Amino acid sequence: MIQISDLHKSYTMGSNSLHVLKGLNLEIDEGEFVSIMGSSGSGKSTLLNILGILDDYDQGTYHLGGKLIQGLNETRAALTRNEMIGFIFQSFNLISFKNAMENVALPLYYQKVSRKKRNLIALEYLDRLGLKEWAHHLPNEMSGGQKQRVAIARALISKPKIILADEPTGALDSTTSFEVMDILKEINDQGKTVIIVTHEHDIAAMTKKIIRLKDGVIEEVIKNGELQLFKDRIRTE
Amino acid sequence: MFDIDRWNEIWNALAKNKIRSLLTAFGVFWGIFMLIVMAGAGKGLENGVVQGVARFATNSAFLWTDRTSEPYKGFKRGRYWNMESEDIQYLKSNVPELEIITPKNFGGRFSSGPNVIRGKKTGAFNVKGDYPDYVLIDPCTVLKGRWINEMDIRDKRKVCVIGEKVFESMFEKDENPIGQYLKISGVYYQVVGLIKPETRININGRTEESVSIPFTTMLQTYNMGNQVHFLAITAKAGVPVSVLEEKVKEMIKKKHSIAPTDLQALNSVNIEKEFKQMSGLFLGIQILTWIVGVGTLLAGVIGVSNIMLVIIKERTKEIGVQRAIGATPRMIITQIMMESVVLTTVAGYLGLSLGVGLLELVNKIMESAGTKPGEEVFFSNPTVSLTVAIAALIVLIVAGLFAGMIPATRAIKIKPIDALREE
Repeated sequence: MIQISDLHKSYTMGSNSLHVLKGLNLEIDEGEFVSIMGSSGSGKSTLLNILGILDDYDQGTYHLGGKLIQGLNETRAALTRNEMIGFIFQSFNLISFKNAMENVALPLYYQKVSRKKRNLIALEYLDRLGLKEWAHHLPNEMSGGQKQRVAIARALISKPKIILADEPTGALDSTTSFEVMDILKEINDQGKTVIIVTHEHDIAAMTKKIIRLKDGVIEEVIKNGELQLFKDRIRTE
Repeated sequence: MFDIDRWNEIWNALAKNKIRSLLTAFGVFWGIFMLIVMAGAGKGLENGVVQGVARFATNSAFLWTDRTSEPYKGFKRGRYWNMESEDIQYLKSNVPELEIITPKNFGGRFSSGPNVIRGKKTGAFNVKGDYPDYVLIDPCTVLKGRWINEMDIRDKRKVCVIGEKVFESMFEKDENPIGQYLKISGVYYQVVGLIKPETRININGRTEESVSIPFTTMLQTYNMGNQVHFLAITAKAGVPVSVLEEKVKEMIKKKHSIAPTDLQALNSVNIEKEFKQMSGLFLGIQILTWIVGVGTLLAGVIGVSNIMLVIIKERTKEIGVQRAIGATPRMIITQIMMESVVLTTVAGYLGLSLGVGLLELVNKIMESAGTKPGEEVFFSNPTVSLTVAIAALIVLIVAGLFAGMIPATRAIKIKPIDALREE
């Protein structure tokens, strides 16, 4: 699903150039449930932005679903995002003046689906996430967990190939965090590729593969079978 | 465009900054309001003045004499001279371009004390010696009786036509003046007509305060010999008055041994020229109105642009989210332009309506107050034409688009990642 080879990215800040990604290679298959970890400055946010086609890269290649993603103009990038990727953000990023249903329906609005139809689909997705009664509430009337579930519904509604979650549990307490992770796991069980960026070990441990970044390259990849080991290790840390 | 989500978004964006939106909208509102009111007031002034002179023959010129300023053919400078009745016949037969030529003489002036007496009533009025043709140049409405006719001229009848003010002071309100007698500068005249001027151009005193007697009667009664004080001429169709004016002046000067270069001896006024000057003035007023109005409007539009920039700054994150989940730059641009156009158009439409409303109100008040006869009102029917209103509306929409342009380009420069990055 995702093939990245020799990816370089640097930011220029005034006269300084900051080399963030230094020849990163990464492969994620369809249906995987992956978490990307790393300390701040390791390049995980940058990688997420490139994965989400929110930012361009300098060198190397990035294939998403067999398609080379490189030098897209804003319109193409927006369309590709809309079609291939579902985003979940740490601070939910719901539109404050739209109710839950309208928020969920937003990606379909950009696909020019009629209002009636997209609201119907949005209700269906809210129902799947147990929020049907909240469909006509505004975001500020909902709890953090509910808001994140609305955001997940929004990410799912356009039937994307991958779900990109940037610290999805960062703003939630641990009980709610586990609920959200359960939902993400469920989504993964239905065959969707889910990628999470997190710095919380216990959240990462709930995924099936952990990619640890350090200084712009992959330090280690912990696969499914070794997860128990990883769990033990973090307990001792 | 008729997408409920889009309108919802526009409304929310503007409602979030209620006071700022209102103040900004007020800028546009005031701009268009001023434009409309000024345009209307300019039009009202123009209407008032034009109505005052509209019926006056525009192809006319007037001549009168003064002391000479140059010595000529043995005459000293500073000589007093007069045009003569014979000049009229002479001009008639020698100037084919001439349509109407009519003399006018002036008798007593109201400034020299009461000159009109009827029983115990006295009054000071202008006395004018007129020809029947004069009303073809400066038309008047005959309220009662008739105007001076050819028989009055031929028989030198002692009849007079009076203005409304004369009637008011010499007669009782419900009295019929026709057939009554007035003693004017010592001689009795029978009143044959009561007139009301149709224009506000007055020659030697207001028509309302004047008594007109037949020209020939005046010459004989007041021992004026064959003097002509004042000459009114009009040109035949297709002949510019200024050409006729020069030709006539040249001939009169020659006949009376006045130096052709003497600019003082024979004065004249050319109504056509005055009219042109006046329309120039109104054009100037119109241009000024638009410059000031569009300037004010521009200030308002810059305000709109400004608030849109603020709104976008506040909505950076929202725009970032929208772009992350698939809104194309085009969608964002359309959205912001629409917001801007809606704000300017709604505000502008209000200004437009209120401006037109105010003009209507002024018009109503002026109509209901009515203008008393002879009152000098140089303001009438202040309205804006449909063209002006439509032009203003187009200006508004274009202005809204321009106002939205800078914020919109700013909005698409926001990179989704910058917008989403946590503070």
